Amino acid sequence: MTRGRFGVFGGQYIPETLMNELIDLETAYEHYKQDATFRAELKGLLDNYAGRPSLLYFAKHMTEDLGGAKVYLKREDLNHTGSHKINNVLGQTLLAQKRGKTRVIAETGAGQHGVAAATAAALLGMECEVFMGREDTERQALNVYRMELLGARVHTVTSGTQTLKDAVNEAMREWVSRVEDTHYVLGSVMGPHPFPTMVRDFQAVIGAEAREQILAAEGALPAAVLACVGGGSNAIGLFYNFIDDAGVQLIGCEAAGLGLDTPQHAATIAKGEVGVFHGMKSYFCQDEHGQIAPVYSISAGLDYPGIGPEHAQLHATGRATYVPVTDDEAVDAFEYLARCEGIIAAIESAHAVAHARVLAPTLPRESSIIVCLSGRGDKDVAAIARYTGREINE
Amino acid sequence: MSRIAEAFEQGSTFVGFVTGGDPSIARSEEYILAMIDAGADLIEIGIPFSDPVAEGPVIQEANLRALAAGTTVDTLFDLVRSLREKTEVPLVFLTYLNPVHHYGYERFFAACQEAGVDGIIIPDLPYDEKDELAGVAATHEVALISLIAPTSEGRIRAIARDATGFIYLVSSLGVTGVRTNISTDLEAIVKTIREVTEVPVAIGFGVHTPEQAQTLAQVADGVIVGSAIVKIIAADPDTASSKLHRYVSELKRAMMR
Repeated sequence: MTRGRFGVFGGQYIPETLMNELIDLETAYEHYKQDATFRAELKGLLDNYAGRPSLLYFAKHMTEDLGGAKVYLKREDLNHTGSHKINNVLGQTLLAQKRGKTRVIAETGAGQHGVAAATAAALLGMECEVFMGREDTERQALNVYRMELLGARVHTVTSGTQTLKDAVNEAMREWVSRVEDTHYVLGSVMGPHPFPTMVRDFQAVIGAEAREQILAAEGALPAAVLACVGGGSNAIGLFYNFIDDAGVQLIGCEAAGLGLDTPQHAATIAKGEVGVFHGMKSYFCQDEHGQIAPVYSISAGLDYPGIGPEHAQLHATGRATYVPVTDDEAVDAFEYLARCEGIIAAIESAHAVAHARVLAPTLPRESSIIVCLSGRGDKDVAAIARYTGREINE
Repeated sequence: MSRIAEAFEQGSTFVGFVTGGDPSIARSEEYILAMIDAGADLIEIGIPFSDPVAEGPVIQEANLRALAAGTTVDTLFDLVRSLREKTEVPLVFLTYLNPVHHYGYERFFAACQEAGVDGIIIPDLPYDEKDELAGVAATHEVALISLIAPTSEGRIRAIARDATGFIYLVSSLGVTGVRTNISTDLEAIVKTIREVTEVPVAIGFGVHTPEQAQTLAQVADGVIVGSAIVKIIAADPDTASSKLHRYVSELKRAMMR
């Protein structure tokens, strides 16, 4: 078994052309993560630019309404650029700069990672190109303009299903063509080693903060922590510092789209099988011939046929649980949180809120749960309005 | 001697690639036989995959056409069985790992051996991960063909030392597709390979003109042509056989010069 494994999952299933680059990236990452100057620089960016630490907000009305465990929201939506993606992007872009790269490329689904990458590149003075599926450029048109405003070039991907999976394909094709001066800022805990580990480390700040914050507020660990899962970066970021706390349930919420009884979903753990794709061994939605299946979710950020290898292992060992949440349930939770707490969360994050509404009432009132609000929902407002039958021009 | 070793014995080995099932299994057989008749020494058959990340647009589209036509791993085994009744030219699959993983490694390589597949090229299975199926491939006498890239540097010797069948030397950075210019110092890479192994080397990625084929045939043991062939097929499947015959003859002649 090779480097970068979580049980049997992970690995480096990537063309030979990229292997030396990945080895070099791993070596550089291992060096800089111990390097006091790099760590101080990154912490400076996270605290003074991205706005960390993010709040752990006690959702009083939601708690009262649900009548069970106290609900806390980890407010990654309040970060600069409006999502948890900035944590990873600042880490990777700073590392890329230390390695002498002058250009970053990124894939994006909802546009949150693309916007974050474009932001970090603008801040650190690097070139940035973002690959985005055509379907996503249409449903997230404002984010396309945002990235361009930040100086990035956005490539509309018209191959395959024209969504996140195809954006990753095109970013990999670009990287293999121009690896010398370019770093591929992968947006999630996926792809070949060292990405799943490195991105997890950059996102682990979410759970590290949340653990301290909940202990300060409650004097006890939570009964459960919940996050939405596409590739799974905000989820692993929240889970990681709770893995050794056996009493804390780790719950990932997958996009069940129109329902698991239809082909229109992106529920990798519920419906996928073990396979090898995008550089890693993990679970993937695929057909009976091992072709990657087209997936669907109302949420562009969860519309991905795979899941990070560390999640695959957490599922295989039973340490974490993955539950499906449909479009309808997510939209309902999106509206619920807005009315109840005055927070418009990303439709991705609303998948976790939806399951919190089911879980909280089943737990004792003295217990608590933490839900990761991975992003803010401004980008989704027009789409949700359309979903509920109202035509709004962005 | 294996069929692959025989194909490289005379040097100037021409390797032709088609995406299996593009636009149909029957057509693929026709094209392959035409190329063999024109002097192709080894044939690569691509097993189509939904997401061929190492391919440029030409072969990506061929993958989609083949899948839309209902091509599966099993229909390609049928193609190989049918070809084996007519030719002893070595046949090598090119595929991504997932369809093989899904089929089951043992079942897949047993079927390769039974049908008469001589080797397999898996672009997303680098040297470091080859133990995943090197054992089962060897058991069934299917050569696991290694790729070496312009960026392989310190890895070349290790990869070459373990190589079986032939070594696929990637001419340039990037994905498959025709190129006007190949600037990599391929001679230096071949020289390094030669220090550790006698396994033949074939150069692919971007080759499409007789001049390129002629130049590269001086550098390595063989030349691989893919996208240019797939392009001829895509332009007009009905007349592709005779065009492929002419094209392969021309390249093969150039290589023999």
